[in-house]
This record gives sequence, C-alpha cells and structure tokens, in this order.
Amino acid sequence: MSGTTGTAAPADMAAPATGSRTGDRIEALRAEGRAALIGYLPIGFPDVERSVEAVLAMVDAGVDVVELGMPYTDPVMDGPVIQRAAEAALAGGVRARDVLRFAEAVAEHTGGRVPALVMSYWNLVLRYGVDPFARDLAAAGGAGVITPDLIPDEGADWIAASDAHGLDRVFLVAPSSTTERLRLTAAASRGFVYAASTMGVTGAREQVGERAEQLVADTRAAGAERVCVGLGVSTGDQAAEVGRYADGVIVGSALVRTLLDDDTPWAARLDALQARTADLADGVRRARPGAASRGTRS
Amino acid sequence: MPDQPVRDALTESLAHQVLGRLADVQGPYFGDFGGRFVPEALIAALDELETEYRKALGDPAFTGELARLHREYTGRPSPLTEVPRFAEHCGGAEAGHRVFLKREDLNHTGSHKINNVLGQALLVKRMGKTRVIAETGAGQHGVATATAAALLDLECVVYMGEEDTQRQALNVARMRLLGAEVVPVTIGARTLKDAINEALRDWVANVETTHYLLGTVTGPHPFPEMVREFHRIIGEEAREQILERAGRLPDAVAACVGGGSNALGIFNAFLDDDAVVLYGFEAGGEGVDSGRHAARFSGGAPGVLHGARSYLLQDDDGQTLPSHSVSAGLDYPSVGPAHSWLHDLGRAAYEPVTDDEAMEAFRLLCRTEGIIPAIESAHALAGALRLGRRATQEGRTGQVFLVNLSGRGDKDVATAGRWFGLLDDAGTHDAGQDAGHATEGDR
Repeated sequence: MSGTTGTAAPADMAAPATGSRTGDRIEALRAEGRAALIGYLPIGFPDVERSVEAVLAMVDAGVDVVELGMPYTDPVMDGPVIQRAAEAALAGGVRARDVLRFAEAVAEHTGGRVPALVMSYWNLVLRYGVDPFARDLAAAGGAGVITPDLIPDEGADWIAASDAHGLDRVFLVAPSSTTERLRLTAAASRGFVYAASTMGVTGAREQVGERAEQLVADTRAAGAERVCVGLGVSTGDQAAEVGRYADGVIVGSALVRTLLDDDTPWAARLDALQARTADLADGVRRARPGAASRGTRS
Repeated sequence: MPDQPVRDALTESLAHQVLGRLADVQGPYFGDFGGRFVPEALIAALDELETEYRKALGDPAFTGELARLHREYTGRPSPLTEVPRFAEHCGGAEAGHRVFLKREDLNHTGSHKINNVLGQALLVKRMGKTRVIAETGAGQHGVATATAAALLDLECVVYMGEEDTQRQALNVARMRLLGAEVVPVTIGARTLKDAINEALRDWVANVETTHYLLGTVTGPHPFPEMVREFHRIIGEEAREQILERAGRLPDAVAACVGGGSNALGIFNAFLDDDAVVLYGFEAGGEGVDSGRHAARFSGGAPGVLHGARSYLLQDDDGQTLPSHSVSAGLDYPSVGPAHSWLHDLGRAAYEPVTDDEAMEAFRLLCRTEGIIPAIESAHALAGALRLGRRATQEGRTGQVFLVNLSGRGDKDVATAGRWFGLLDDAGTHDAGQDAGHATEGDR
C-alpha cells in the first residue's frame, strides 16, 4: 500500500503537517486507529438559523469533518433527498455568501478542531469569483471546497486560488475512472480524494458499492494519501464496513433525511439527526478493532 | 494606419489564420466556451464517445450508412423553397428582397432533429450500447430519438418535464407509440432544464449500457462539436442549393436559437464566407425587460450549466433563472458554447424575438405560403422580416435571405389555435377577425 508513512501530526498543531487542515484531521484520527466521519448538510434548510443549529448539533454528535452543501438549482450529482432540501433552502432565500457564516460558526464552535469543507457546484463559485470565494472562505475559517462537477482538467483557476489561500481542494474519482485519471486527480487534490462508491447520485443504498474498496486501493496506488468514500452510506454498520478500508466515510442523504419531515417538531428532528450521527460515529469507531493508537495504517 | 473596415478585415483574416476554418473548429473549447463541467464518473464515457465519433466520421461504412438513411428514411436533401408572397412583407414588395426557406420541416419526424439522432443512434450501435436516454422539451427531440430507437432496436427512455408532458400530450403519446418510455420529471421547474438534470443522473448511474442522446449543441465535450457535425449537412445542402437558385450566396442567414443546433447546422457552411451575415434569433418571450424570456445574449452572462461554459440566464449567486417562451423548444436558460464563441467573435449576431412577433410571422407564413412552421422556426421568420425592414430602411434592395425552417408546426396547432382565438365557436368564427390571443394561463 502506498501513501503516507503514518506519522500523524497532533490535531492541535498550528501549521498543518500535511499542508492541509482536513488532511491533518484525518491523520490524527488515523493515529487513533479509525476513519473520519464526514457529515454533509445543505445550508439554509429548512432556514439559515435552524440550519446552523443542525450543523452544530451534528458536530456535537460526533462528525469529524463538516461538509456544507451549497443549495443549487441544478444539482445533477444529487438524488431526491438532497434535491428536495436544496429546493426548499433556495425557496427560503438562502444566498451563496451565507456559507461563510456557517464556516465561521463551525470554526468558532469547535475552536478550529473540526474542518468545514464547502460542497459546491461550480457555477456558484464562478459567479462569486473563484479567487474572491477562496479568499473569503479562508478568512471565514473554512477548510476547502469539494467540487462535484469540476474535474482537475477544468480547474486551473481553482487550483491557483486554493494554493494562494491555503484551502483544501477535494476532487472526485469514480469506479469508471481510468488509472491515468486517478493519477491526475490524486495529484491535483489536497486534503483527500473523494471516491464515489458507486456509479450514481447521492442517496441511501442497501449496499455500498462493492467496487468502493477496489477504487480506494486503486486511488491510493495512483498516489493519493487519503481517500474517503461517499454515496450510499446511511447506517453505522455501513460506516463500519467502509471505515475498515477508507480514510473517511462521507454521509449526506441519511443525515438530511432526519430533518425533512415538516410535521415533526424541530427539536425532535435535531434529536433524530444526532442519533443518526452517533450511530455513524460508533460505526467508524468499531471498523478496525485493535487498531487504536498504533499510529500506522494497518 | 488602415481605416476601420480594412482593420476589421485584417483582424478577421488573422482570426482565420489562428483558428483555421471556423467551420472545422474542434472542442473541447470554442474560444472561452465549452469544456467539460461534469462529474468525473462521466469522463470515461465522454472520452469513449469522442474517440468513437471521430473514428466513425472517418469510416466510410459509417458515413455511407448515415447517408443512405438520410436519403431513404429522412428524405434528404431537404428542399429549398422560395417564398415570394411572404417576401413581399419583408421590407416591402418594392424592395425586391428574396426569401428562401431551408425545409428541415419536411424531414421525417418533422424537424432537423433527426439529423443528429440518426448519427448518434448509429454510434450507439457501434459502441455496443443497448439503451438510449434523451431529454425533450416540446417533444421533437424525444420523438426523433424514439423513432431512431425503434428503427435500430434500442431501448429508449425520454425524460420530459411534467409541465411539458401536459403541454405536449400528443407528443407523449407519439413517443409511447414508438415504444419509448416517457418519464415525467417532477422536480425543479419541471421543464427542459430539469429533464436534462434527470437524464444526466440516469446517465451517471447507467453509463456502461446507456448512451445519453443529447439533442442539441450544448453539454460537455464532445457533444457541442459532434452534434454540429451531424447537422452541418443542413448548411452544406443549403449553400449549394442557393448558389444554384439565386446564383449567389445569401446576404444573410437567419435561424432560431434555443440550444442552437439548427442554427449551427446552417451557419456552419457560411462561417468562412465573410460576406454572409449570420443572425440567430432567441426567444424574447414577453420582452427582455419583462424578465420572462430566453434571451441569453441580451439578458445573460457567461456561466456553467449542464457541462459547458456558455451564456446563461442566472442570478447574482449563479443560480439558474427560469426561462420563458411561447415555444418550448427555445425555452432553455443556456445556449450552445459555439454560439457564445461566434457571438464574442462578432461572427454571428443574436437578437431576441418576442412571442408576439413570432406568432405574427407564424400566421403570415401560413397565410401567404401554405406552410405551417414550428413556433420555434417562426422566430427565425420574424427575424427575417426584421432584417428585410432594416435593409429597406438602410437603402439596400434585392437582398437574399436564407431562413432555416427547422420544423413543422403540427405540434403547435393547439397553441396557435388558442393564441389567435380560433378554437371558440368552431366553424363560424372567421379566423381573419381573430379575437386577439388568449390569456396568459392558456399559453
């Protein structure tokens, strides 16, 4: 297995040892013998105030890295759950610049311990201005951006801006990616590479794609230091399964779903979100029995 | 220092030297536009498609089969029809302007769409895929895709916004008759753009067996270039036909522009004829100032949608704005990247035509020439009327206008009937004394 030597930096170290805030966080967890839990919520759902509450509640219940979704009118990588939430958030008037508030809130709430990545379809960043967005996100305490519809081939401006402002850039790989593209994407990414477990859009699935484990291995062999898996994970058991071989487990729709039902009181929805998060957090903690504190990848 | 026209000519010839023939520019970029802004999961399929399509265009077995189908099935070459009675309204009879229509409406399935669909469907067979998916707005591309799928024995699923399935119920039935599954899209604005989102989601999940038979010159590379290649036959035929009939090149070419495939198809043969002025007419809807339109060049700005960077209707945050047009085929918030390139290069001019102008031109062609055009194509006809008036005002006479009549209007009879109030008191109502067009809700 290629990749890092496993000499992880302490999480509270001032300068990122990996050159990446998210990378440092994942390495620290690796030293504890487990994968990171990365939790996604769209900002502004059901409204900005309550959505800040939800993000912080998710953090308190045990996510290690936050993924802040920017609602977009045309989310082609998202399934029905996230589409519905995004549509409602936009109808509620959420603005692109609101994401900065969320990054600030997470940074303040956790003293910078939990990195906040923005997940954004590319046109929203383009319209804001690639460099201004990177500058403002970094100033707000954000860690970087996940770009589901931007491939490194099209990302020259973003690569320059993220370098200039010290942000992570998370590109995706998929089971259909060729070895050549895995290399290209691994080299262009900072923080981690996002491996789509299956060919498809976001949403809970009975089984996480069986090609996910192979894709993680292939992506590491192509030079990636950290590979996290998303698409389809919804339960603690699935998180435990994926956490066995991946450096991080990314969960979105299963968390969003706990907030969707308008007829349930908000406090009960937050409880459901925290319970779901705790179950997933437990999953990543029991994924590699006996690996704790060894400080190296098994 | 040379004077302005000479400098313009120098700039233009420099552009030709740098770019080669404009008609042959290859993707992924047309100037600053185009690209591949899609999930990584699709890149392998796009690469395969690009490789296969380039190989196919160089393979006489492929081009021969496509030419045979066009001859025996599509009915190509489509005729060029001069329309003198219509031309009398084009800047006044005394100005002596001549108008020629390229009759893509006479193709099998009733529009230019079949050119691209047959080309891609043959490619699907070559690639060994068994299933095609497509988006459709008014249903023209969906019907053409369902037709090719029936002919070539492919499974076919067509995504159509729920609102459009209701507006175009007959085309839904037509697609189902042809064996296609029609899936109403119930998310977002429930129109063409949302149908494309849903088709892209299907494609990501099923890309190993499925080809996305995209219907216009938009989308990620190689679609904008490939779809242009399958439609360039329109302009190539038209150029030959008008040289024979008018004895010279046209002064101007007019086409409607939604995604822009019919326009690019006819423009392409004239791109390197500097004297021929090219006009694309977009849907001005209820007027660009009303905010209810699909005039990307008047009311939009460059941005990314559905895999390509191009002019786009978007708000300050980059969220896609809803478009509006009486014609479903022009009702799309972005436009093919090659058009954005031609726009910025100054090689083609793009102007909005309102719903009202288009419907007047629609009726005029019906009355003067016995041809019922698609409402989409009526935007090009309205544009030609405007060009004729402008020429006359500027003292130019005897202009030759070539208009791409991209589709027939059978599908639009119900819309036109309501617009002109022809459906009330059927049989006694004098269509000449129309009661004005119907109310907003009826459109």
